[in-house]
Amino acid sequence: MAVADIAAVRRTKALQERAENRTLTRLTIGPSPWARAGALIALAVIAVAWLVPIVWGAITSFKHESEAALPAQLMPATGWTVEAYQKVLGASDLPLWMWNSLVVAVLVTALTVLISAMAAFAFSQTLFRGRAFMQWLTLAAIMMPGQILIVPLFREMQLLGLVDTFAGIVLPQVVAPVMVFILKRFFDAIPSELLDAARIDGAGPWRLFWTIVLPLSRSILVAVAIFVFIGAWNNFLWPFIITTDPQFMTLPVGLSTVKDAYGVQYAQNMASAMIAALPLLVVFMLFQRRIVQGVATTGMGGQ
Amino acid sequence: MTVSNADVTTVPGGATSRRRTPAASPGTGTRTSGTSLRAQDRSGYLFVAPFAVATGLFLVVPTLYGLWMSFTNQSLTGAGSEFIGFDNYVEAFRDPQVWETLWHTVWFTVLSTVPLVLVALIMALLVHTGLPGQWVWRMSFFAPYLLTSAVVWHLSNWMFQPDIGLLDAWVAAIGLEPIGWLTDENVAMFSIAGVTVWWTVGFNFLLYLAALQGIPQQQYEAATIDGAGGWRRLFSITLPQLRTITGVILVLQLLASLKVFDQIYMLTAGGPNGSTRPILEYIYDTGFTNYRLGYASAISYVFFALILVFTLVRLLPARKEA
Repeated sequence: MAVADIAAVRRTKALQERAENRTLTRLTIGPSPWARAGALIALAVIAVAWLVPIVWGAITSFKHESEAALPAQLMPATGWTVEAYQKVLGASDLPLWMWNSLVVAVLVTALTVLISAMAAFAFSQTLFRGRAFMQWLTLAAIMMPGQILIVPLFREMQLLGLVDTFAGIVLPQVVAPVMVFILKRFFDAIPSELLDAARIDGAGPWRLFWTIVLPLSRSILVAVAIFVFIGAWNNFLWPFIITTDPQFMTLPVGLSTVKDAYGVQYAQNMASAMIAALPLLVVFMLFQRRIVQGVATTGMGGQ
Repeated sequence: MTVSNADVTTVPGGATSRRRTPAASPGTGTRTSGTSLRAQDRSGYLFVAPFAVATGLFLVVPTLYGLWMSFTNQSLTGAGSEFIGFDNYVEAFRDPQVWETLWHTVWFTVLSTVPLVLVALIMALLVHTGLPGQWVWRMSFFAPYLLTSAVVWHLSNWMFQPDIGLLDAWVAAIGLEPIGWLTDENVAMFSIAGVTVWWTVGFNFLLYLAALQGIPQQQYEAATIDGAGGWRRLFSITLPQLRTITGVILVLQLLASLKVFDQIYMLTAGGPNGSTRPILEYIYDTGFTNYRLGYASAISYVFFALILVFTLVRLLPARKEA
């Protein structure tokens, strides 16, 4: 029964969307079939151009190694094979790097969302001496490009003994002043009647934060989390600087060393690339709508 | 525990909420959050503490530490941390490598930013027509953005391979000589910019798409009734409304492009002949290959000055909106 309801809602939504899209087409390019055909062809050409490297990489990853490096032959002549996948999953550090990346990305995401939301709550809903200064500092922090800090930050981590540790990889990545401001803007918009009512009922700040502010902000929290996760999963420079031990390498860092490790084995290289790309592509397929909206709300703040 | 309105407005930081709610007169009921009953205890400190500690440790301290290091001759080996005044900065301004890598960075920024804005705009305009296949278009334009730089390197390096790569095959198909995509000094930076456009344009595309969805449809309706054709509607309604977002995208993109490192480091390692090495790679090489942390810090701050100019430009429109 419930499943049928959900399906019905989905169908209604899809119909609605199709109607909206039709209106949009009428309003933007008008009724001319030629204009529509032209736009569709342009879309298809760009889409194909954008997918070619990924698709060609995917095809190559299913070729026999002996055949992979033959001059620009699209389809495999000697049949498809998962040899390359077996090799990189069985006899390389790829699974370890993926695990490291997952640990790092999950830790970075959880910590960033938590401390950013807490700070945003403090800025938005509490009064304390020095709040204006802290907000100013956060704004200034947005202007500080992390990339120029690699040298002193590495030295600092060396002194703290955090080189080649997960803490060393994760902790510097949890400072996300942009996210604090995005969340603060959202928290500011929560109706004060709601919060005041809770306060009158005797709810302390922790109760307000956990039982009212966070549940009401689920959509923006998810958007922030998705973007922090993508950023952390793909981050190269800092993990590259702070790890020298292959045991702590994340996927991007590990993959960037593959050149030396394997020589030129294109099928295996492409198989590694496909495995590395898959998790986020799946995330995107599942959350496309959320991510598209999330770019609008969080993207403005910067990358 | 609670304070009156009059008290709140005198508290530091209260100005923020005052400005946002000019209509907060009694009885309107449209007040936004917390002006009267905000917790006036110390809980704010607790909430801000983790973020403040992290920011202090991993942003403020390295910023100041790096500034101090830039005035010393500190080495990665730990040797030498004497104060040497402005020597590093003097050296940086005389170092041809600094100027050369700075130029590469700016050149890359120009080469990548222009198409990254234009292609994104074209993509968004095409998708915003509401033509069938929305999901497919969005997916294919945005998908490369989800790839990590190392995957982008593997895929594009494979495309660029001499003789066996797909690009050389196409070039041969139209009867031209093979191109040294990554090995020819005159071509390499264009190849890198091309890869970057393919990789990251999806983000700008989504920003444009969101802006397009914000344009009220009534304007199109009215224009249609007035007899404006498709092109007319594009140039008179759509494009003028995208001016603000274009400014935002442009500055975001400039800032992102200036910090280029990953794809160049992997695709060419700054070569051929150092012709693509960006300033960040020079900082990395100076600090971590030549162990000259003090000098690397000084170059970092020279670079920071450049970025700061762009960042301040970026903040200006943001303040206007607030």
